[in-house]
Amino acid sequence: MAKIIVTTRTGEISEVTGKPGYSVMEILRDNGFDEIAAICGGSCSCATCHVYVDRDQLDRLAAQSEDEYDLVSSTDHHKPESRLSCQIDFSEALDGLRVTIAPED
Amino acid sequence: MTEKLIIIGAGQAGLQVAATLRQKDYTGKILMIGDEAHLPYERPPLSKGFLKGLVPAERLSLKPAAFYQDKAIDCLTGVAVTRIDRRQKRLRLSDHSEQTYEKLVLATGSRARTLDIPGIGLAGVQSLRTLEDAAAIAESLRPGQRLVIAGGGYIGLEVAAAARSLGIDVTLLEIADRVMQRTATPHLSEFFQKEHASQGVDIRLNTGIASIEGKGRVERVFCSDGASLAADTVIIGIGVIPNQTLAEDAGLAVNDGVLVDEFAATSDPYIYAAGDCARHPNACFGGLVRLESVQNAVDQAKCAAFSILGTPQPYREIPWFWSDQYDLKLQIAGLWRQDDQVIVRGDPATRKFSLLCLRNGALAAISTINNLQDFLPAKKLIAAGACLDTAAASDPAIPLKTFL
Ligand SMILES: Cc1cc2nc3c(=O)[nH]c(=O)nc-3n(C[C@H](O)[C@H](O)[C@H](O)COP(=O)(O)OP(=O)(O)OC[C@H]3O[C@@H](n4cnc5c(N)ncnc54)[C@H](O)[C@@H]3O)c2cc1C
Ligand code: FES
Repeated sequence: MAKIIVTTRTGEISEVTGKPGYSVMEILRDNGFDEIAAICGGSCSCATCHVYVDRDQLDRLAAQSEDEYDLVSSTDHHKPESRLSCQIDFSEALDGLRVTIAPED
Repeated sequence: MTEKLIIIGAGQAGLQVAATLRQKDYTGKILMIGDEAHLPYERPPLSKGFLKGLVPAERLSLKPAAFYQDKAIDCLTGVAVTRIDRRQKRLRLSDHSEQTYEKLVLATGSRARTLDIPGIGLAGVQSLRTLEDAAAIAESLRPGQRLVIAGGGYIGLEVAAAARSLGIDVTLLEIADRVMQRTATPHLSEFFQKEHASQGVDIRLNTGIASIEGKGRVERVFCSDGASLAADTVIIGIGVIPNQTLAEDAGLAVNDGVLVDEFAATSDPYIYAAGDCARHPNACFGGLVRLESVQNAVDQAKCAAFSILGTPQPYREIPWFWSDQYDLKLQIAGLWRQDDQVIVRGDPATRKFSLLCLRNGALAAISTINNLQDFLPAKKLIAAGACLDTAAASDPAIPLKTFL
């Protein structure tokens, strides 16, 4: 089973099983990470699902869309490794993905 | 004795009240009672991805079932509250059982407004509020079929877009002289009318639906201008009515919504209300308003939770909303008013631009179309009451961030 390693805003690290075919946002939300508000439910409209992906893993992800970049880059806590977790489709190939939940905007 | 809180309505707001209370270590009992068969789910995809077959029903749940167990949130689904006895602090339920509460939250949402016209009860005539509504509509949307939508609000327009992408023939009737008339600037209405027309939607403004005919199932729609249209499905998307009967019968103050103050408190000190059903004071609007959005349901529910915890915080969040139609992403923040000055930022012909609404020189609202980088900075500018230089603000080369 493919795993995601999650670091919360308070620095707690845990490992969850990812459902292939679901977005990383859905997996985090369904595993009880309530720091992920995901108000727009994954339609790339709110940026409340902002995470940092480990830098050395960024190239494992499909490229960011222009919309995602435009939205996430306008948040206060944007970094080069910023992604909107609702825009990352999880798959077995992403086993071991490390994400850190970004501070609230 | 531990306090017992009951939440009426298992939707976006009801869930958020419970979730926030548990996040803040509320130790009382929580019971959420909902008349739908489901635990809280997302409605926005019902007129978007779900209709297009992109989002299956099982992905609409706001939280997995385990969440409610883990957080000790008791849920009764498929049961309606039929009466509130405020003196005894007791509820009557549709299964004839009773429940007592110490504190109560009304998160009853709203329901689709219907029309009293001949033929409204025919098969194939639908509103869109629940998962069941959406499933029935999805079922009837087969390529080559003819759909008539009454109402050019967000739901009507989103359904039109989804239906066109499925190869369905769409006519949209709007009784006003423009679509989205209640919530959007005329510029935005005009832009969306053009987009829908270019996608093949037959938009008829200043036209209402007069009657519907068919043998058991809808076959024909008659418009207020006398025109008649062949139809396989009709969707009535003419707005919603707040679910306030319970509150009204219990003698709470209501007026097109349960009246609450900025702490989500009703006229009864033990009862709160949040979400689509609540009319509240909103500084962005400059008066009492009832909002129908996920943001409002979530933030007002949080506000109710803080009041219940005894740490009240006024509801001051900037309202925002989104809508997806075709490849257009619309985001709106703030509340537009008719007397606002509207600045166009960017060229609508490029299908990437924003509309800024200034009130006394300060940014009061924004609509962004495929222009996501303007949205969050604008929300902050609205919150700050920032005054913008109109020439600079209309230049898309200057990031809105720079005005912060
Ligand atoms: C098709 C559609 C698309 C939408 N798209 C968007 C969008 O893109 N963006 C956005 O921000 N918003 C959108 N909305 C609006 C948003 O979904 C609502 O504003 C939000 O759901 C309101 O939450 P609520 O908890 O107040 O009400 P609801 O989610 O409606 O929940 C209220 C619940 O209470 C139940 N209830 C009512 N009376 C009783 C009773 N007496 N006893 C027990 N239960 C009762 C109702 O059946 C319902 O389940 C959309 C809505 C629809 C229908
Ligand atoms: S959930 Fe809203 S942008 Fe990801």
